[in-house]
Amino acid sequence: MAGQTVTRAQLTEAVYQEVGLSRNESAELVESVIAEISGALARGEMVKISSFGSFAVRQKGQRVGRNPKTGQEVPISPRRVLVFRASHALKDQINHALARPGAAGRTGSPKP
Amino acid sequence: MTKSELVQKLAEANPHLYQRDVEVIVTAIFDEIATALSRGDRVELRGFGAFSVKRRDARLGRNPRTGDSVKVAEKHVPFFKTGKQLRDRLNHSA
Repeated sequence: MAGQTVTRAQLTEAVYQEVGLSRNESAELVESVIAEISGALARGEMVKISSFGSFAVRQKGQRVGRNPKTGQEVPISPRRVLVFRASHALKDQINHALARPGAAGRTGSPKP
Repeated sequence: MTKSELVQKLAEANPHLYQRDVEVIVTAIFDEIATALSRGDRVELRGFGAFSVKRRDARLGRNPRTGDSVKVAEKHVPFFKTGKQLRDRLNHSA
């Protein structure tokens, strides 16, 4: 497995290659996309990106946890958590790419 | 919010761009993430979260209806961990 980390910089580069925007504007758009999605989630909205996956906010009730070091019981307050469900298309794409022997190479994606 | 609603919002905030181009941009971002994961790479977006791929070993599963055991091949599943900043935002501010 390649095991590299992709960050905003590479997403910006991908946007930059796509339409005739400057790198600065591309970076701003990447930021706006992240901000819009975060904003919707903070409002408790679900975000569905077709052929990628969906982000949903789930409400968790109070429960009793345990400090793993001391064994002491501590109450865990109710909270909202974010869950991501990958679409079938994304799961399939990843599995096809990583299942074949030697398919972890860094050249191109086998997307149809 | 769906992808098309996201595109619409971004298009409204960027009147100098065609909606068609915004659509292309949004698609490029998610394609880039998907391609990275397909290489086995991690995608880390500080403040938002990180996508990674976890390997699930081959195992012997069971058909819950018949009880037959079936071989389940090794597979890779995408995984998302919420970033600190977003996690805090979900719980403190509105």
